[in-house]
Amino acid sequence: MVPSTPSSSATPSLPLSRESVVDRYFLEHRAKVLDVAAFLDRVDRARPASAGGGEDARLRSLRAAVAILVDGQAERARRILELLSDPSTEPIAKAPMKGARGAWEGFGGGASPGGGR
Amino acid sequence: MSYIDPHVHMVSRTTDDYERMALAGCVAITEPAFWAGFDRSSPQGFFDYFRCLTETEPRRAAQYGIAHHSWLCINPKEAEDPVFAREVIALIPQFLDRPNVLGIGEIGLNKNSRHELEILEAHLQLAADRNLLVLVHTPHLEDKRKGTRLIMGAIRNQGRLDPGRVLVDHVEEHTVREVLDAGFWAGMTLYPDTKCTPQRAADVFEMHGTDRLWINSAGDWGASDPLAVPKCREEMRRRGHLEEVIRKVSFDNPRTFLSQSGRFRVEVAPTR
Ligand SMILES: [Zn+2]
Repeated sequence: MVPSTPSSSATPSLPLSRESVVDRYFLEHRAKVLDVAAFLDRVDRARPASAGGGEDARLRSLRAAVAILVDGQAERARRILELLSDPSTEPIAKAPMKGARGAWEGFGGGASPGGGR
Repeated sequence: MSYIDPHVHMVSRTTDDYERMALAGCVAITEPAFWAGFDRSSPQGFFDYFRCLTETEPRRAAQYGIAHHSWLCINPKEAEDPVFAREVIALIPQFLDRPNVLGIGEIGLNKNSRHELEILEAHLQLAADRNLLVLVHTPHLEDKRKGTRLIMGAIRNQGRLDPGRVLVDHVEEHTVREVLDAGFWAGMTLYPDTKCTPQRAADVFEMHGTDRLWINSAGDWGASDPLAVPKCREEMRRRGHLEEVIRKVSFDNPRTFLSQSGRFRVEVAPTR
C-alpha cells in the first residue's frame, strides 16, 4: 500500500532575492497594469447599452480588486479571489447556464447571494 | 526529466500534441471524462466516449511511449437532468474493470445546483461501493469556493471515502488550504486565463508546500496548453528550486496518489 502522504513536508520558500523578483517580473506586470488601465478607459469610452441600471457587478468587483492591490496587506491573490466569489452556501434550485462570469453578480449591489437565483 | 500530466483531455487534442508532450518528457497521463463542449443526446453517446477513453486513447498514447489512464463519469455540466445522468452512471460499471481505468472522475459541481449535487452523491456512492479513487472537478471562477465547500461536505457525508484517496482539482489561492487541511489531495490546473498560471502555481508551492499537491494542464478543446506542466517546471527551475522539489510535484506526487488505484503504470524512471 502506497502511503497517501509523502514524508517530506518542507515548504520550498522562494529562492530569489526581492531584487531578482523585480528584475525578472517587472516588465510583464507593468504591462498587465497598463492593460487594466486601458480596459477601464475603454469601458468609459463605450456607449452604455441602455439607460439606467447600475454599473456591471464585474466592474464593481474589478475596482474593489484593484484597491486590494494597494492596501499594503498580504495574500492579495487569495483575497481578490474571495472578493470575486459567490458568498452563499446553499445549492441553487437550477443551473441557469453552464459557464461562469468571473465575478459574483451580487457584489456591491445589494443583490441576494447565489442561493436566491 | 520525465513528468506525468494527471489531467488532460487528449480526445480533444491532436496526435501532434502527443508527440510534443512526449518530446517534453511526458511518460504518463490520466484523462478524466468531461463535457465535450456540447450535450450528448443519449446515454449511448457516453458509451462510445467511454470506449474512446479505454480503447482508442490508450492506443494513440502508446505510439509515443505515454501510458494512458482514464476516469469515468458523467460530468456536472450534463448533470442537470438527473434521470439522464443516472442512465449514464448505470453504464459505468461495465467499464470499471478495463485495465486503464483508475476511478470515478472528474465529478463535482459546475453551478452548485441541487441536481448536480444529487448526481455527485450518486457517483460518490459508486466510488465507495467499488473502493475506487475519485478525481473531483471544482467549479469555475465565482462558483469555485462555494462549490469546493459543498463537494467536500458531500464527500464527508458519504462517510466511506478516505480523503487520502480523493483528489480535489482546480484549486487556487482561496481554496487550496481548506482542501489540504481536510486531508484531500489537491491539483492546480495551469490555464492561460482562468485557474492558475505556471507562475501562480509556483507561488502556491512556496506558500503551502508540496505535500499532496500536483499540477496539470487540463488541456482540452478550449484555451489551454498541453505543455503547461513542463512550463511550470521550467518556471520553478528558473526561480532556483531544487530538482527534487520539481520532480516531487510533477512526477512523485501524481505517481503516489495514482498508484493507490493498483492500475497506474509508469515505466520510465525519472532521470535528468
Ligand atoms: Zn478536466
